[in-house]
Amino acid sequence: MQFCIFILILPLLSFLILGLCGSKMPHKLAGTIGTVSLSVVTILAYTVAVIYFGGGRGDEGTFPTLIPYDYTWLPFAGTLSIDMGILLDPISVMMLIVISTVSLMVHIYSLGYMKGERGFQRYYAFLSLFTFSMLGLVVATNIFQMYLFWELVGVSSYLLIGFYYTSPKAIAASKKAFIVTRFADLFFLIGILIYGYYTKTFSFSVNETMLMAASSMLPLSLGLMFVGGAGKSAMFPLHIWLPDAMEGPTPVSALIHAATMVVAGVYLVARLFPLFIGYAPDVLHIIAYVGAFTALYAAVVACVQTDIKRVLAFSTISQIAFMMVALGVCTSSNPHDGGLGYMASMFHLFTHAMFKGLLFLGAGAIIHAVHSNEKSNMGGLRKYMPITHITFLIACLAIAGIPPFSGFFSKDEILAACYNFSTTMGVFMSIIAAITAFYMFRLYNLIFWGKSHYEEELAAYNAREREEKPHKPHEAPFVMTLPLIILAVISSIAGFIPFGEFISSNGESYSIHLQPAVAIASITLAVASIAIATIMYRKGDSKITIYINTHLKGFIKAAYNRFYIDELWLFITKKIIFNGISRPIAWFDRNVIDGSLDKIASMTQKLSNHVRPMQSGNIQSYNIWFLSGALLLILILIYLA
Amino acid sequence: MNYLQFLSMTPEISLLGVFVMIFLFDLVATGRYRRIFHGIVCLLLIAHTYICITSGEEQTLFGGMYYNNPMISFVKALLTFGTLLVILQAHRWLRGSYTYYKQGEFYVLMLSTLIGMYFMMSARHFLLLFIGIELASLPLACLVAFDKYRHNSAEAGIKYILSSMFSSAIMLFGISYLYGITGTLYFDDMPTILTGTPIHIFSLVMFFVGLGFKISLVPFHLWTADSYQGAPTVVTAYLSVISKGAAVFTLFVVLTKVFSNMVPQWQTLLYILTVASITIANLFAIKQHNIKRFMAFSSISQAGYIMLAVIAGNAKGMTAMVFYILVYIVANLAVFGVIESIEQQTRHGVRRETINGFYSTNPRLALLMTLALFSLAGIPPFAGFFSKFFVFMSAFDAGFWVLVFIALINTVISLYYYLLIVKAMFITPNEHPVQKIKCDLYTRLSLVICFAGIVLLGICSIVYINIDKLAF
Repeated sequence: MQFCIFILILPLLSFLILGLCGSKMPHKLAGTIGTVSLSVVTILAYTVAVIYFGGGRGDEGTFPTLIPYDYTWLPFAGTLSIDMGILLDPISVMMLIVISTVSLMVHIYSLGYMKGERGFQRYYAFLSLFTFSMLGLVVATNIFQMYLFWELVGVSSYLLIGFYYTSPKAIAASKKAFIVTRFADLFFLIGILIYGYYTKTFSFSVNETMLMAASSMLPLSLGLMFVGGAGKSAMFPLHIWLPDAMEGPTPVSALIHAATMVVAGVYLVARLFPLFIGYAPDVLHIIAYVGAFTALYAAVVACVQTDIKRVLAFSTISQIAFMMVALGVCTSSNPHDGGLGYMASMFHLFTHAMFKGLLFLGAGAIIHAVHSNEKSNMGGLRKYMPITHITFLIACLAIAGIPPFSGFFSKDEILAACYNFSTTMGVFMSIIAAITAFYMFRLYNLIFWGKSHYEEELAAYNAREREEKPHKPHEAPFVMTLPLIILAVISSIAGFIPFGEFISSNGESYSIHLQPAVAIASITLAVASIAIATIMYRKGDSKITIYINTHLKGFIKAAYNRFYIDELWLFITKKIIFNGISRPIAWFDRNVIDGSLDKIASMTQKLSNHVRPMQSGNIQSYNIWFLSGALLLILILIYLA
Repeated sequence: MNYLQFLSMTPEISLLGVFVMIFLFDLVATGRYRRIFHGIVCLLLIAHTYICITSGEEQTLFGGMYYNNPMISFVKALLTFGTLLVILQAHRWLRGSYTYYKQGEFYVLMLSTLIGMYFMMSARHFLLLFIGIELASLPLACLVAFDKYRHNSAEAGIKYILSSMFSSAIMLFGISYLYGITGTLYFDDMPTILTGTPIHIFSLVMFFVGLGFKISLVPFHLWTADSYQGAPTVVTAYLSVISKGAAVFTLFVVLTKVFSNMVPQWQTLLYILTVASITIANLFAIKQHNIKRFMAFSSISQAGYIMLAVIAGNAKGMTAMVFYILVYIVANLAVFGVIESIEQQTRHGVRRETINGFYSTNPRLALLMTLALFSLAGIPPFAGFFSKFFVFMSAFDAGFWVLVFIALINTVISLYYYLLIVKAMFITPNEHPVQKIKCDLYTRLSLVICFAGIVLLGICSIVYINIDKLAF
């Protein structure tokens, strides 16, 4: 397994090459270097998977945890040390496959999508950097290494979202994403510090005695780490950065904001799952409730967005929340008894990466064709973009949970796990699944059916009401449709992978069996939602739509504005921190500190010396502050401490 | 008294040698020899740094007044290295018509402050400590006012010298109390007597003020912004890293050696000042438009972060502190190097608006600046993240959870204002961005060193491990 180091080295190399000498390269060469290196990485990842899972189970009936590389990078006070290494176990191998597959698709797709863009080489350099850091994150042997790559992922995502650095919106979005996730990461870091301090190691595998000694602090530490995960995985109320991050190039959204980076939080919880189950089950259930609320919230908001990428963004938030819920409802590490959610979550992570990546890439093709993100500029596109249409439909069916597409199987397991936890949770999540089907088919119908925006404009042009001839939408080039087709195939058949054979909460083999009651109920709900969405939106605005729009105006408006959460945050930061603290202090500094003492000084000056008005006299005031500060400190130390 | 003891102070004697050589060269050299003056100074300093590092044996001289060990030697070498970087960046400025004829003075003044700092760090006696601090302060005032024909610089010089005198007076007051209480000025004899009664606390705080001034902790920071803004940029750079680094190290030594029985008291003191410094400086920095003023507040908050290592007061804290100083030197000097280059190009003070669109004309400098700011904000994998992590870890181990949490929240705020600069350079459009800057060789060398430091210091764990071996 020693070759697995190349999975990390190749993207890094490609980043260095493209980053250092990319600007002198022709576009084609830069794209080829990035894509070829990623293809090799993908092949290597699949080889690792085949060897790893082909190697069979050990004596305890679980797949062994391999650590082909482990290097003590920094010995730190006593037993605590920071290591760097590669860890292979079922979930990290699965993540290698997900990341390399989606990343390769995005690399190929971008050859067409980004063609001719300024900074094409820079784009590929950043893609490589991102892939490198994401891969490094999943194979981390310890929490500290994970944190390092976690931040590196944040940096590269900042660079990618801000790729269109001439657009102020993109820049604001990238900054927002960076700062919000950094804010969450600060809790993560504190969690790591507590974890390291009490267990005397940063490693994921801690011996029992250490854990027992630290058991009183573990829930706090794990809870703080989850906050970091919630930031990256856009859990309520830290989700605010994700919809804005859609300002980045669409393939980037597919890679970062659908398949890889945003599931890092889920991966973190899954990675720490044994600790959560053993020492902090309550925290795990809190995660479930946070996830359930986020899922509902995002699904409702997704129903009314008009920008197709934003619909997908909220859909992503909702689906990731599903995965979090699945992890959160686990009550034991036995998959037959309360531990089903772990497997379900990882399964959904896998299938979701594929179909959501497909949806984003499809959306990219559409945006490429009509040069707009708004649904009002689409409609009736099925005639013009047949391949995109079919693949998009497959992805919609998959996310809606219609068999035999992959989403059905994974979502069904999640729902089953929820029903095992409590009926309320199960019903709640089933309803959200139904909403999911509704908004996805609303989107699908608005894009591909209904009145064609192009035809309307063409008619207007022919009737001489419009000056310029409208742009005819066209199917995307082959490099863009190829990834769509590949992902569509995977999305169609991935459900039949016997996922439980590879990954389960305690590592033992678990064969997935559908629970007929849950399956039938969820299929019925999904079909019903699809039917409603189709009736409402197939022919443009139907009577029902208008009726609903007029009667639920306030709610729809609130949902469209994402229930004003962003404004709330803005209020907290802008109004309270800047205006409430920073500005008064600046004002205080200028007017009170400087001003009052300036006045005293300037009065003295006026009396004594008119010749040197430039002398501000501030020094006196400085020294007064200086001395009174010292005296105050003395008083505090003597009387209060 | 055995006068041969003087020769045992290798770092000081060697620096004095460099000092004398430069002084003589300045007197005798004329014409074309002056052209290589700068190069000679740099070479001498490199040789001196080497001597400094290798002169690491532990020794106590003059009946315990002077103490040197490998760690102190290393920090001395570190500060010399920082000074070297500053001097490298000063080349173009020194060739200007106002400064050309007093080039020698610049080196001599700077090196005499450096000798003062050496004595500060090696002192184990309050008299020597006070002489060291004064030797480090007075020539700095001349340096701040070096562009004396520029109104700002003269004003900054006056402000600096007045504040400095004020703080020295208070510190001397504190020292006299210490002498009165203990009857000795030797560090080693004091701890048993200083137990934390109100009068002890009084003298602790009064003494502390002097170093608090040099480190520019809130509320002793008020001079910082004015002096930083007015002083020539290279001097500002020197003030913000070298002078601060020496003072922090000295503070660590005095607190752990002299006040070792008053740990809870000075920990509380540092606790308050750290929170105040980081928070207040961050909030002020957001509003600053002049880059040098901005960097002044940034440096106040960075000083607060270093205090997290001092507050731990153990070997780990010392390692974290020295590593922090090292990283801070490269990152901050990278920023000041870029500012200096811009100033030399535009001949004006640099404001945030000045560097709008800087990336379009000077991509490399803009990139370096970005990395340096990322490092200052503590973003992995740059060196600044690791230095911050180590100080947090040491404070955390000492039990200061809340303090670490406050500091961490402040790192997010600081990210916001550092990104403002990044945004200005990369995004904000500007019809007349700063023209393409052609750096001279010396500046380029110093910037390359800074760049390597920012990228490598964190990743190469060997640096930290070796510092850790030296810590006591």
